[in-house]
Amino acid sequence: MLRQIAVPVIAILIFLGLWELLVWVNNWPNYKMASPSDLPAAFWKYKELFLQMGWQSLWRTVVGLIIAVIAGTLLGMIMGFSKIARDALYPLLVGFNAIPKATLVPVISLIFIGQHDFNTILMAFMISFFPIAVSVGIGLSTLEPEYRDILRSLGASRFTIFRKIALPKTLPEFFGALKVSVTLAFIGTNLVEIVSPHGRGLGALFKSGETNGDYPLMFAVLIALAFLGIVLYYAVVFLERVFAGWAERPQG
Amino acid sequence: MDNLIEIKGVTHAYQTASGPLPVLDGLDVAVPEGTFAAVVGPSGCGKSTLTRLVAGLMKPDKGEVWLHGERVKGPRKTVGMAFQNPVLLEWRTILQNVILPLEIVAPSMKTADKTARAMELLDMVGLTGFENKRPSELSGGMRQRASLCRSLVHKPDVLIMDEPFGALDAFTREDLWQTMRDLRRAEPFTCVLITHDLRESVFLGDQVFVLSGRPARTQYLMPVDLPDDRTLDILYTPEVADMLHILRDQIKIAQGRAAEVD
Ligand SMILES: Nc1ncnc2c1ncn2[C@@H]1O[C@H](COP(=O)(O)OP(=O)(O)O)[C@@H](O)[C@H]1O
Ligand SMILES: [Mg+2]
Repeated sequence: MLRQIAVPVIAILIFLGLWELLVWVNNWPNYKMASPSDLPAAFWKYKELFLQMGWQSLWRTVVGLIIAVIAGTLLGMIMGFSKIARDALYPLLVGFNAIPKATLVPVISLIFIGQHDFNTILMAFMISFFPIAVSVGIGLSTLEPEYRDILRSLGASRFTIFRKIALPKTLPEFFGALKVSVTLAFIGTNLVEIVSPHGRGLGALFKSGETNGDYPLMFAVLIALAFLGIVLYYAVVFLERVFAGWAERPQG
Repeated sequence: MDNLIEIKGVTHAYQTASGPLPVLDGLDVAVPEGTFAAVVGPSGCGKSTLTRLVAGLMKPDKGEVWLHGERVKGPRKTVGMAFQNPVLLEWRTILQNVILPLEIVAPSMKTADKTARAMELLDMVGLTGFENKRPSELSGGMRQRASLCRSLVHKPDVLIMDEPFGALDAFTREDLWQTMRDLRRAEPFTCVLITHDLRESVFLGDQVFVLSGRPARTQYLMPVDLPDDRTLDILYTPEVADMLHILRDQIKIAQGRAAEVD
Protein backbone atom coordinates (compact mmCIF):
# COMPACT_ATOMS: atom_id res chain seq x y z
CA MET A 1 0.00 0.00 0.00
CA LEU A 2 2.76 2.39 1.00
CA ARG A 3 4.69 1.35 -2.07
CA GLN A 4 1.67 2.03 -4.27
CA ILE A 5 1.72 5.65 -3.19
CA ALA A 6 5.48 6.09 -2.85
CA VAL A 7 6.36 4.90 -6.36
CA PRO A 8 4.21 7.39 -8.31
CA VAL A 9 5.09 10.25 -5.91
CA ILE A 10 8.81 9.64 -6.38
CA ALA A 11 8.29 9.43 -10.14
CA ILE A 12 6.59 12.84 -10.12
CA LEU A 13 9.35 14.35 -7.96
CA ILE A 14 12.01 13.01 -10.34
CA PHE A 15 10.08 14.49 -13.26
CA LEU A 16 9.89 17.91 -11.57
CA GLY A 17 13.60 17.71 -10.69
CA LEU A 18 14.58 16.99 -14.28
CA TRP A 19 12.39 19.82 -15.51
CA GLU A 20 13.97 22.25 -13.02
CA LEU A 21 17.41 21.03 -14.06
CA LEU A 22 16.63 21.44 -17.75
CA VAL A 23 15.58 25.07 -17.29
CA TRP A 24 18.53 25.79 -14.99
CA VAL A 25 21.18 24.17 -17.27
CA ASN A 26 19.93 26.02 -20.33
CA ASN A 27 19.47 29.17 -18.36
CA TRP A 28 16.08 29.72 -20.02
CA PRO A 29 14.29 32.87 -19.01
CA ASN A 30 10.73 32.70 -17.67
CA TYR A 31 9.13 33.69 -20.96
CA LYS A 32 10.73 30.76 -22.75
CA MET A 33 9.99 28.07 -20.23
CA ALA A 34 8.90 28.41 -16.61
CA SER A 35 10.51 26.10 -14.08
CA PRO A 36 8.64 24.22 -11.35
CA SER A 37 9.97 26.59 -8.69
CA ASP A 38 8.12 29.47 -10.38
CA LEU A 39 4.79 27.68 -10.16
CA PRO A 40 3.84 27.92 -6.46
CA ALA A 41 4.01 31.71 -6.70
CA ALA A 42 1.79 31.67 -9.77
CA PHE A 43 -0.71 29.38 -8.08
CA TRP A 44 -0.73 31.53 -4.94
CA LYS A 45 -1.18 34.78 -6.82
CA TYR A 46 -4.27 33.49 -8.67
CA LYS A 47 -5.49 30.97 -6.11
CA GLU A 48 -9.12 32.12 -6.20
CA LEU A 49 -9.16 32.13 -9.99
CA PHE A 50 -7.70 28.64 -10.05
CA LEU A 51 -10.39 27.29 -7.73
CA GLN A 52 -13.16 29.05 -9.61
CA MET A 53 -11.94 28.12 -13.10
CA GLY A 54 -10.94 24.63 -12.07
CA TRP A 55 -14.46 24.05 -10.79
CA GLN A 56 -15.91 25.36 -14.07
CA SER A 57 -13.79 22.94 -16.08
CA LEU A 58 -14.52 20.09 -13.75
CA TRP A 59 -18.30 20.22 -13.58
CA ARG A 60 -18.74 20.79 -17.29
CA THR A 61 -16.48 17.85 -18.08
CA VAL A 62 -18.36 15.62 -15.68
CA VAL A 63 -21.77 16.64 -17.01
CA GLY A 64 -20.59 16.10 -20.60
CA LEU A 65 -19.21 12.74 -19.63
CA ILE A 66 -22.42 11.66 -17.89
CA ILE A 67 -24.40 12.52 -21.01
CA ALA A 68 -21.82 10.62 -23.07
CA VAL A 69 -22.20 7.58 -20.82
CA ILE A 70 -26.00 7.62 -21.16
CA ALA A 71 -26.08 8.29 -24.90
CA GLY A 72 -23.10 6.02 -25.61
CA THR A 73 -24.61 3.14 -23.64
CA LEU A 74 -27.96 3.55 -25.40
CA LEU A 75 -26.30 3.66 -28.82
CA GLY A 76 -24.17 0.67 -27.86
CA MET A 77 -27.24 -1.25 -26.76
CA ILE A 78 -29.02 -0.51 -30.03
CA MET A 79 -25.97 -1.62 -32.01
CA GLY A 80 -25.38 -4.62 -29.75
CA PHE A 81 -28.87 -6.02 -30.08
CA SER A 82 -29.66 -5.26 -33.73
CA LYS A 83 -27.38 -6.17 -36.58
CA ILE A 84 -29.26 -3.82 -38.89
CA ALA A 85 -28.70 -0.92 -36.50
CA ARG A 86 -25.03 -1.89 -36.24
CA ASP A 87 -24.59 -1.93 -40.01
CA ALA A 88 -26.42 1.39 -40.34
CA LEU A 89 -24.84 3.32 -37.46
CA TYR A 90 -21.25 2.13 -37.50
CA PRO A 91 -20.02 4.06 -40.56
CA LEU A 92 -21.87 7.17 -39.38
CA LEU A 93 -20.26 7.02 -35.95
CA VAL A 94 -16.79 6.32 -37.32
CA GLY A 95 -17.14 9.22 -39.73
CA PHE A 96 -18.34 11.56 -37.02
CA ASN A 97 -15.55 10.48 -34.71
CA ALA A 98 -12.95 11.11 -37.45
CA ILE A 99 -13.88 14.79 -37.72
CA PRO A 100 -11.32 16.82 -35.76
CA LYS A 101 -13.42 18.34 -33.02
CA ALA A 102 -11.57 21.67 -33.19
CA THR A 103 -13.32 22.29 -36.52
CA LEU A 104 -16.66 21.95 -34.77
CA VAL A 105 -15.98 24.68 -32.21
CA PRO A 106 -16.84 27.59 -34.54
CA VAL A 107 -19.81 25.64 -35.87
CA ILE A 108 -21.44 25.05 -32.51
CA SER A 109 -20.55 28.47 -31.18
CA LEU A 110 -22.35 29.94 -34.18
CA ILE A 111 -25.41 27.75 -33.69
CA PHE A 112 -25.63 28.38 -29.96
CA ILE A 113 -24.23 31.90 -29.65
CA GLY A 114 -23.24 32.87 -26.13
CA GLN A 115 -24.28 29.55 -24.60
CA HIS A 116 -20.83 28.96 -23.18
CA ASP A 117 -21.75 26.27 -20.64
CA PHE A 118 -23.93 24.47 -23.12
CA ASN A 119 -21.32 24.57 -25.89
CA THR A 120 -18.62 23.30 -23.59
CA ILE A 121 -20.71 20.40 -22.31
CA LEU A 122 -21.81 19.59 -25.85
CA MET A 123 -18.18 19.36 -26.98
CA ALA A 124 -17.15 17.25 -23.99
CA PHE A 125 -20.02 14.92 -24.85
CA MET A 126 -19.37 14.76 -28.61
CA ILE A 127 -15.70 13.97 -28.22
CA SER A 128 -16.17 11.25 -25.62
CA PHE A 129 -19.24 9.13 -26.38
CA PHE A 130 -17.70 7.13 -29.24
CA PRO A 131 -15.47 4.74 -27.25
CA ILE A 132 -18.37 4.01 -24.90
CA ALA A 133 -20.84 3.28 -27.70
CA VAL A 134 -18.34 1.01 -29.47
CA SER A 135 -17.34 -0.92 -26.36
CA VAL A 136 -20.91 -1.50 -25.20
CA GLY A 137 -21.97 -2.47 -28.74
CA ILE A 138 -19.13 -4.94 -29.16
CA GLY A 139 -19.57 -6.31 -25.64
CA LEU A 140 -23.23 -7.05 -26.23
CA SER A 141 -22.94 -8.38 -29.77
CA THR A 142 -20.16 -10.81 -28.85
CA LEU A 143 -22.00 -12.30 -25.89
CA GLU A 144 -21.78 -16.09 -26.33
CA PRO A 145 -25.25 -17.53 -27.07
CA GLU A 146 -24.93 -20.02 -24.19
CA TYR A 147 -24.87 -17.13 -21.71
CA ARG A 148 -28.22 -15.98 -23.04
CA ASP A 149 -29.62 -19.50 -23.27
CA ILE A 150 -29.09 -20.44 -19.60
CA LEU A 151 -31.65 -17.78 -18.68
CA ARG A 152 -33.71 -17.77 -21.87
CA SER A 153 -34.42 -21.50 -21.48
CA LEU A 154 -36.11 -20.63 -18.17
CA GLY A 155 -38.36 -18.10 -19.86
CA ALA A 156 -36.48 -15.01 -18.61
CA SER A 157 -37.31 -11.78 -20.40
CA ARG A 158 -34.83 -9.93 -22.61
CA PHE A 159 -34.58 -7.25 -19.96
CA THR A 160 -33.76 -9.77 -17.22
CA ILE A 161 -31.08 -11.32 -19.40
CA PHE A 162 -29.65 -7.86 -20.06
CA ARG A 163 -29.65 -6.92 -16.38
CA LYS A 164 -28.33 -10.17 -14.97
CA ILE A 165 -25.87 -11.19 -17.65
CA ALA A 166 -25.21 -8.88 -20.59
CA LEU A 167 -24.79 -5.68 -18.60
CA PRO A 168 -22.40 -6.96 -15.90
CA LYS A 169 -20.46 -8.95 -18.49
CA THR A 170 -19.88 -5.76 -20.50
CA LEU A 171 -18.73 -3.69 -17.50
CA PRO A 172 -14.98 -4.33 -17.85
CA GLU A 173 -15.02 -3.19 -21.50
CA PHE A 174 -17.23 -0.28 -20.52
CA PHE A 175 -14.79 0.96 -17.91
CA GLY A 176 -11.88 0.47 -20.28
CA ALA A 177 -13.68 2.81 -22.67
CA LEU A 178 -14.63 5.21 -19.88
CA LYS A 179 -10.96 5.70 -19.02
CA VAL A 180 -10.35 6.86 -22.58
CA SER A 181 -13.53 8.92 -22.63
CA VAL A 182 -12.84 10.81 -19.41
CA THR A 183 -9.58 12.17 -20.80
CA LEU A 184 -11.22 12.99 -24.12
CA ALA A 185 -14.10 14.82 -22.43
CA PHE A 186 -11.60 16.91 -20.51
CA ILE A 187 -9.78 17.80 -23.72
CA GLY A 188 -13.13 18.75 -25.28
CA THR A 189 -13.98 21.06 -22.40
CA ASN A 190 -10.65 22.84 -22.55
CA LEU A 191 -10.76 23.13 -26.30
CA VAL A 192 -13.94 25.20 -26.13
CA GLU A 193 -12.69 27.18 -23.14
CA ILE A 194 -9.51 28.17 -24.95
CA VAL A 195 -11.04 28.96 -28.31
CA SER A 196 -14.18 30.78 -27.20
CA PRO A 197 -13.91 34.53 -26.69
CA HIS A 198 -14.83 35.48 -23.11
CA GLY A 199 -14.69 31.84 -22.07
CA ARG A 200 -14.46 30.53 -18.55
CA GLY A 201 -12.58 27.61 -17.02
CA LEU A 202 -8.94 26.63 -16.91
CA GLY A 203 -8.69 26.89 -20.69
CA ALA A 204 -9.74 30.54 -20.52
CA LEU A 205 -7.25 31.16 -17.72
CA PHE A 206 -4.55 29.70 -19.95
CA LYS A 207 -5.52 32.08 -22.71
CA SER A 208 -5.47 35.09 -20.42
CA GLY A 209 -1.97 34.06 -19.34
CA GLU A 210 -1.01 33.95 -23.00
CA THR A 211 -2.54 37.34 -23.73
CA ASN A 212 -0.73 38.93 -20.79
CA GLY A 213 2.56 37.16 -21.44
CA ASP A 214 2.35 35.59 -17.98
CA TYR A 215 4.32 32.42 -18.65
CA PRO A 216 4.40 31.06 -15.12
CA LEU A 217 0.59 31.34 -15.10
CA MET A 218 0.33 29.39 -18.36
CA PHE A 219 2.52 26.62 -17.02
CA ALA A 220 0.66 26.63 -13.75
CA VAL A 221 -2.59 26.10 -15.71
CA LEU A 222 -1.03 23.19 -17.57
CA ILE A 223 -0.08 21.61 -14.26
CA ALA A 224 -3.57 22.23 -12.89
CA LEU A 225 -5.04 20.60 -16.01
CA ALA A 226 -2.79 17.59 -15.58
CA PHE A 227 -3.80 17.39 -11.93
CA LEU A 228 -7.54 17.52 -12.70
CA GLY A 229 -7.04 14.96 -15.47
CA ILE A 230 -5.40 12.61 -12.99
CA VAL A 231 -8.20 13.14 -10.46
CA LEU A 232 -10.88 12.37 -13.06
CA TYR A 233 -9.04 9.33 -14.35
CA TYR A 234 -8.57 7.82 -10.93
CA ALA A 235 -12.19 8.52 -10.05
CA VAL A 236 -13.05 6.20 -12.93
CA VAL A 237 -10.49 3.66 -11.74
CA PHE A 238 -12.15 3.77 -8.33
CA LEU A 239 -15.61 3.18 -9.83
CA GLU A 240 -14.17 0.33 -11.87
CA ARG A 241 -12.80 -1.32 -8.72
CA VAL A 242 -16.21 -1.03 -7.09
CA PHE A 243 -18.35 -2.25 -9.97
CA ALA A 244 -16.06 -4.47 -12.03
CA GLY A 245 -13.38 -5.44 -9.54
CA TRP A 246 -14.16 -9.10 -10.23
CA ALA A 247 -12.61 -8.78 -13.68
CA GLU A 248 -9.16 -8.18 -12.19
CA ARG A 249 -7.06 -11.30 -12.30
CA PRO A 250 -5.83 -12.28 -8.86
CA GLN A 251 -2.12 -11.44 -8.83
CA GLY A 252 0.67 -13.87 -8.14
CA MET B 1 -44.20 -45.77 -18.75
CA ASP B 2 -45.12 -42.49 -20.38
CA ASN B 3 -42.79 -40.63 -22.65
CA LEU B 4 -41.73 -37.39 -21.00
CA ILE B 5 -40.10 -36.12 -24.19
CA GLU B 6 -41.48 -36.91 -27.57
CA ILE B 7 -40.10 -35.58 -30.82
CA LYS B 8 -42.29 -36.54 -33.74
CA GLY B 9 -41.21 -36.13 -37.35
CA VAL B 10 -39.27 -32.94 -36.77
CA THR B 11 -37.80 -31.35 -39.87
CA HIS B 12 -35.84 -28.14 -39.74
CA ALA B 13 -33.67 -26.03 -42.01
CA TYR B 14 -31.61 -22.95 -41.09
CA GLN B 15 -31.80 -19.97 -43.40
CA THR B 16 -28.25 -19.11 -44.38
CA ALA B 17 -26.70 -16.69 -46.85
CA SER B 18 -26.24 -19.55 -49.31
CA GLY B 19 -29.83 -20.75 -49.02
CA PRO B 20 -31.62 -23.07 -46.63
CA LEU B 21 -29.49 -25.63 -44.78
CA PRO B 22 -31.56 -28.70 -43.84
CA VAL B 23 -30.36 -30.04 -40.46
CA LEU B 24 -33.15 -32.32 -39.24
CA ASP B 25 -35.25 -34.56 -41.47
CA GLY B 26 -38.17 -36.39 -39.93
CA LEU B 27 -36.46 -36.92 -36.58
CA ASP B 28 -38.24 -39.16 -34.07
CA VAL B 29 -37.05 -39.39 -30.46
CA ALA B 30 -38.99 -40.68 -27.46
CA VAL B 31 -37.65 -40.57 -23.91
CA PRO B 32 -39.67 -42.27 -21.15
CA GLU B 33 -40.00 -40.41 -17.86
CA GLY B 34 -37.05 -40.79 -15.54
CA THR B 35 -34.77 -42.32 -18.15
CA PHE B 36 -31.53 -41.16 -19.68
CA ALA B 37 -31.24 -40.67 -23.44
CA ALA B 38 -27.74 -40.39 -24.87
CA VAL B 39 -27.50 -38.94 -28.37
CA VAL B 40 -24.47 -39.45 -30.58
CA GLY B 41 -23.92 -38.50 -34.20
CA PRO B 42 -21.41 -36.98 -36.59
CA SER B 43 -20.27 -33.46 -35.88
CA GLY B 44 -22.54 -30.80 -37.38
CA CYS B 45 -25.44 -33.22 -37.88
CA GLY B 46 -27.92 -31.22 -35.81
CA LYS B 47 -27.47 -32.45 -32.23
CA SER B 48 -27.33 -28.98 -30.66
CA THR B 49 -30.34 -28.02 -32.74
CA LEU B 50 -32.18 -30.93 -31.13
CA THR B 51 -31.39 -29.61 -27.64
CA ARG B 52 -32.61 -26.13 -28.56
CA LEU B 53 -35.87 -27.60 -29.83
CA VAL B 54 -36.49 -29.56 -26.63
CA ALA B 55 -35.64 -26.50 -24.53
CA GLY B 56 -38.18 -24.47 -26.51
CA LEU B 57 -35.52 -22.01 -27.65
CA MET B 58 -36.63 -22.44 -31.26
CA LYS B 59 -39.51 -23.88 -33.23
CA PRO B 60 -39.12 -26.57 -35.89
CA ASP B 61 -40.27 -25.95 -39.46
CA LYS B 62 -42.27 -29.16 -39.37
CA GLY B 63 -43.15 -31.77 -36.78
CA GLU B 64 -43.91 -31.61 -33.09
CA VAL B 65 -42.02 -31.55 -29.80
CA TRP B 66 -43.94 -32.72 -26.75
CA LEU B 67 -42.92 -32.44 -23.14
CA HIS B 68 -45.02 -33.85 -20.32
CA GLY B 69 -47.90 -34.38 -22.72
CA GLU B 70 -47.86 -30.72 -23.74
CA ARG B 71 -46.78 -29.27 -27.03
CA VAL B 72 -43.58 -27.22 -26.59
CA LYS B 73 -44.27 -23.65 -27.72
CA GLY B 74 -41.51 -21.78 -25.90
CA PRO B 75 -39.10 -22.00 -22.98
CA ARG B 76 -40.41 -23.45 -19.73
CA LYS B 77 -39.18 -23.28 -16.17
CA THR B 78 -38.99 -27.04 -15.71
CA VAL B 79 -35.98 -27.42 -17.98
CA GLY B 80 -32.30 -27.35 -17.00
CA MET B 81 -29.47 -26.86 -19.48
CA ALA B 82 -25.73 -27.48 -19.39
CA PHE B 83 -23.21 -26.88 -22.16
CA GLN B 84 -19.62 -27.78 -22.99
CA ASN B 85 -18.68 -24.28 -21.85
CA PRO B 86 -19.75 -24.07 -18.19
CA VAL B 87 -20.75 -20.38 -18.76
CA LEU B 88 -20.36 -19.40 -15.13
CA LEU B 89 -20.67 -15.70 -14.37
CA GLU B 90 -17.30 -14.40 -13.23
CA TRP B 91 -18.77 -11.60 -11.09
CA ARG B 92 -20.67 -14.07 -8.96
CA THR B 93 -19.36 -16.62 -6.48
CA ILE B 94 -19.95 -20.30 -7.13
CA LEU B 95 -22.90 -20.23 -4.72
CA GLN B 96 -24.44 -17.18 -6.40
CA ASN B 97 -23.95 -18.83 -9.79
CA VAL B 98 -25.81 -21.93 -8.68
CA ILE B 99 -28.65 -19.83 -7.29
CA LEU B 100 -29.16 -17.89 -10.54
CA PRO B 101 -32.01 -20.04 -11.98
CA LEU B 102 -33.94 -19.73 -8.71
CA GLU B 103 -33.87 -15.94 -9.10
CA ILE B 104 -35.84 -16.42 -12.33
CA VAL B 105 -37.98 -19.40 -11.50
CA ALA B 106 -38.74 -18.73 -7.82
CA PRO B 107 -38.16 -15.03 -7.16
CA SER B 108 -40.18 -15.14 -3.94
CA MET B 109 -38.16 -17.97 -2.42
CA LYS B 110 -36.28 -16.92 0.74
CA THR B 111 -32.56 -16.33 0.35
CA ALA B 112 -31.83 -18.83 3.13
CA ASP B 113 -33.83 -21.49 1.31
CA LYS B 114 -32.11 -20.75 -1.98
CA THR B 115 -28.74 -21.02 -0.29
CA ALA B 116 -29.69 -24.27 1.47
CA ARG B 117 -30.83 -25.81 -1.80
CA ALA B 118 -27.66 -24.74 -3.62
CA MET B 119 -25.43 -26.00 -0.80
CA GLU B 120 -27.18 -29.35 -0.87
CA LEU B 121 -26.28 -29.78 -4.54
CA LEU B 122 -22.75 -28.44 -4.13
CA ASP B 123 -22.27 -31.02 -1.42
CA MET B 124 -23.50 -33.81 -3.70
CA VAL B 125 -20.93 -32.95 -6.38
CA GLY B 126 -18.12 -32.48 -3.86
CA LEU B 127 -17.81 -28.69 -4.00
CA THR B 128 -18.44 -27.96 -0.32
CA GLY B 129 -15.93 -25.34 0.78
CA PHE B 130 -15.75 -23.77 -2.69
CA GLU B 131 -19.09 -21.94 -2.54
CA ASN B 132 -17.49 -18.54 -1.97
CA LYS B 133 -14.81 -18.91 -4.64
CA ARG B 134 -14.94 -17.22 -8.02
CA PRO B 135 -15.28 -19.47 -11.09
CA SER B 136 -11.75 -18.54 -12.23
CA GLU B 137 -10.37 -20.04 -9.02
CA LEU B 138 -11.73 -23.50 -9.89
CA SER B 139 -10.42 -26.19 -12.23
CA GLY B 140 -12.29 -27.05 -15.43
CA GLY B 141 -13.85 -30.15 -13.87
CA MET B 142 -14.99 -28.23 -10.78
CA ARG B 143 -16.51 -25.51 -12.94
CA GLN B 144 -18.47 -28.12 -14.86
CA ARG B 145 -19.67 -29.56 -11.54
CA ALA B 146 -20.87 -26.12 -10.50
CA SER B 147 -22.58 -25.75 -13.87
CA LEU B 148 -24.38 -29.06 -13.29
CA CYS B 149 -25.57 -27.79 -9.90
CA ARG B 150 -26.91 -24.65 -11.54
CA SER B 151 -28.82 -26.65 -14.14
CA LEU B 152 -30.44 -28.79 -11.41
CA VAL B 153 -31.00 -26.25 -8.63
CA HIS B 154 -34.62 -25.51 -9.58
CA LYS B 155 -35.44 -29.26 -9.70
CA PRO B 156 -36.18 -29.40 -13.43
CA ASP B 157 -37.88 -32.53 -14.69
CA VAL B 158 -35.75 -32.46 -17.84
CA LEU B 159 -32.02 -31.96 -17.94
CA ILE B 160 -30.58 -31.18 -21.37
CA MET B 161 -26.83 -31.43 -21.72
CA ASP B 162 -24.88 -30.56 -24.87
CA GLU B 163 -21.45 -32.23 -24.72
CA PRO B 164 -20.99 -31.14 -21.09
CA PHE B 165 -17.81 -33.14 -20.52
CA GLY B 166 -16.34 -32.66 -24.00
CA ALA B 167 -13.59 -30.26 -22.93
CA LEU B 168 -12.40 -32.26 -19.91
CA ASP B 169 -9.51 -34.71 -19.68
CA ALA B 170 -10.32 -38.42 -19.64
CA PHE B 171 -9.97 -38.94 -15.87
CA THR B 172 -11.98 -35.87 -14.89
CA ARG B 173 -14.61 -36.95 -17.37
CA GLU B 174 -14.95 -40.39 -15.76
CA ASP B 175 -15.27 -38.70 -12.34
CA LEU B 176 -18.11 -36.61 -13.67
CA TRP B 177 -19.88 -39.62 -15.16
CA GLN B 178 -20.01 -41.07 -11.67
CA THR B 179 -21.20 -37.77 -10.22
CA MET B 180 -23.93 -37.68 -12.85
CA ARG B 181 -25.01 -41.19 -11.96
CA ASP B 182 -25.15 -40.31 -8.25
CA LEU B 183 -27.12 -37.12 -8.89
CA ARG B 184 -29.73 -39.07 -10.80
CA ARG B 185 -30.04 -41.57 -8.03
CA ALA B 186 -30.55 -38.78 -5.46
CA GLU B 187 -33.03 -36.76 -7.52
CA PRO B 188 -34.57 -38.57 -10.47
CA PHE B 189 -34.97 -36.52 -13.64
CA THR B 190 -35.27 -37.24 -17.32
CA CYS B 191 -32.12 -36.54 -19.22
CA VAL B 192 -30.99 -35.86 -22.77
CA LEU B 193 -27.23 -35.98 -23.16
CA ILE B 194 -25.48 -35.05 -26.38
CA THR B 195 -22.03 -36.58 -26.50
CA HIS B 196 -19.34 -37.71 -28.89
CA ASP B 197 -17.94 -40.21 -26.41
CA LEU B 198 -19.43 -43.66 -27.04
CA ARG B 199 -18.28 -45.03 -23.65
CA GLU B 200 -19.99 -42.10 -21.97
CA SER B 201 -23.21 -42.80 -23.86
CA VAL B 202 -23.24 -46.42 -22.73
CA PHE B 203 -22.18 -45.73 -19.14
CA LEU B 204 -24.84 -43.07 -18.56
CA GLY B 205 -27.59 -43.88 -21.04
CA ASP B 206 -30.68 -46.06 -20.80
CA GLN B 207 -30.85 -45.80 -24.54
CA VAL B 208 -28.44 -44.48 -27.14
CA PHE B 209 -29.72 -42.66 -30.21
CA VAL B 210 -27.39 -42.60 -33.19
CA LEU B 211 -28.27 -39.75 -35.54
CA SER B 212 -27.46 -39.94 -39.23
CA GLY B 213 -25.38 -37.33 -41.02
CA ARG B 214 -26.99 -33.98 -41.79
CA PRO B 215 -29.94 -33.70 -42.28
CA ALA B 216 -30.29 -35.92 -39.24
CA ARG B 217 -32.87 -38.54 -38.40
CA THR B 218 -32.65 -41.39 -35.91
CA GLN B 219 -30.53 -43.96 -37.67
CA TYR B 220 -30.14 -46.47 -34.88
CA LEU B 221 -31.53 -46.93 -31.40
CA MET B 222 -29.67 -49.05 -28.85
CA PRO B 223 -31.32 -49.98 -25.55
CA VAL B 224 -28.74 -50.21 -22.77
CA ASP B 225 -29.80 -53.04 -20.49
CA LEU B 226 -27.24 -52.58 -17.77
CA PRO B 227 -27.91 -52.25 -14.02
CA ASP B 228 -28.62 -48.72 -12.75
CA ASP B 229 -25.73 -48.78 -10.29
CA ARG B 230 -23.06 -49.16 -12.95
CA THR B 231 -19.42 -48.79 -12.07
CA LEU B 232 -16.66 -47.90 -14.49
CA ASP B 233 -15.61 -51.58 -14.50
CA ILE B 234 -18.66 -52.41 -16.54
CA LEU B 235 -17.06 -50.62 -19.50
CA TYR B 236 -14.50 -53.42 -19.69
CA THR B 237 -17.00 -56.30 -19.94
CA PRO B 238 -17.43 -58.17 -23.24
CA GLU B 239 -21.09 -57.14 -23.26
CA VAL B 240 -20.23 -53.45 -23.35
CA ALA B 241 -17.38 -54.02 -25.78
CA ASP B 242 -19.92 -55.49 -28.22
CA MET B 243 -22.24 -52.53 -27.74
CA LEU B 244 -19.42 -50.05 -28.35
CA HIS B 245 -18.45 -51.97 -31.46
CA ILE B 246 -21.95 -51.73 -32.88
CA LEU B 247 -22.18 -48.02 -32.04
CA ARG B 248 -18.85 -47.35 -33.70
CA ASP B 249 -20.01 -49.05 -36.87
CA GLN B 250 -23.23 -47.04 -36.78
CA ILE B 251 -21.25 -43.81 -36.47
CA LYS B 252 -19.19 -44.77 -39.48
CA ILE B 253 -22.35 -45.35 -41.47
CA ALA B 254 -23.67 -41.98 -40.28
CA GLN B 255 -20.46 -40.36 -41.41
CA GLY B 256 -21.06 -41.81 -44.85
CA ARG B 257 -18.50 -44.58 -44.61
CA ALA B 258 -19.41 -48.25 -44.85
CA ALA B 259 -19.20 -50.34 -41.72
CA GLU B 260 -16.13 -52.52 -41.54
CA VAL B 261 -16.95 -56.12 -42.31
CA ASP B 262 -15.34 -58.47 -39.84
N1 LIG C 1 -28.36 -20.41 -36.12
C1 LIG C 1 -27.86 -21.08 -37.18
N2 LIG C 1 -27.94 -20.54 -38.42
C2 LIG C 1 -27.45 -21.20 -39.48
N3 LIG C 1 -26.88 -22.41 -39.43
C3 LIG C 1 -26.75 -23.00 -38.23
C4 LIG C 1 -27.24 -22.36 -37.04
N4 LIG C 1 -27.00 -23.17 -35.99
C5 LIG C 1 -26.39 -24.26 -36.51
N5 LIG C 1 -26.24 -24.17 -37.84
C6 LIG C 1 -25.68 -25.20 -38.72
O1 LIG C 1 -26.52 -26.31 -38.65
C7 LIG C 1 -25.76 -27.52 -38.60
C8 LIG C 1 -26.11 -28.30 -37.36
O2 LIG C 1 -25.73 -27.55 -36.22
P1 LIG C 1 -25.72 -28.16 -34.76
O3 LIG C 1 -27.11 -28.53 -34.40
O4 LIG C 1 -25.02 -27.20 -33.90
O5 LIG C 1 -24.83 -29.47 -34.98
P2 LIG C 1 -24.06 -30.39 -33.91
O6 LIG C 1 -24.39 -29.90 -32.56
O7 LIG C 1 -24.56 -31.78 -34.19
O8 LIG C 1 -22.60 -30.29 -34.22
C9 LIG C 1 -24.30 -27.12 -38.65
O9 LIG C 1 -23.84 -27.27 -39.97
C10 LIG C 1 -24.31 -25.66 -38.26
O10 LIG C 1 -23.28 -24.98 -38.94
MG1 LIG D 1 -23.16 -29.09 -31.07
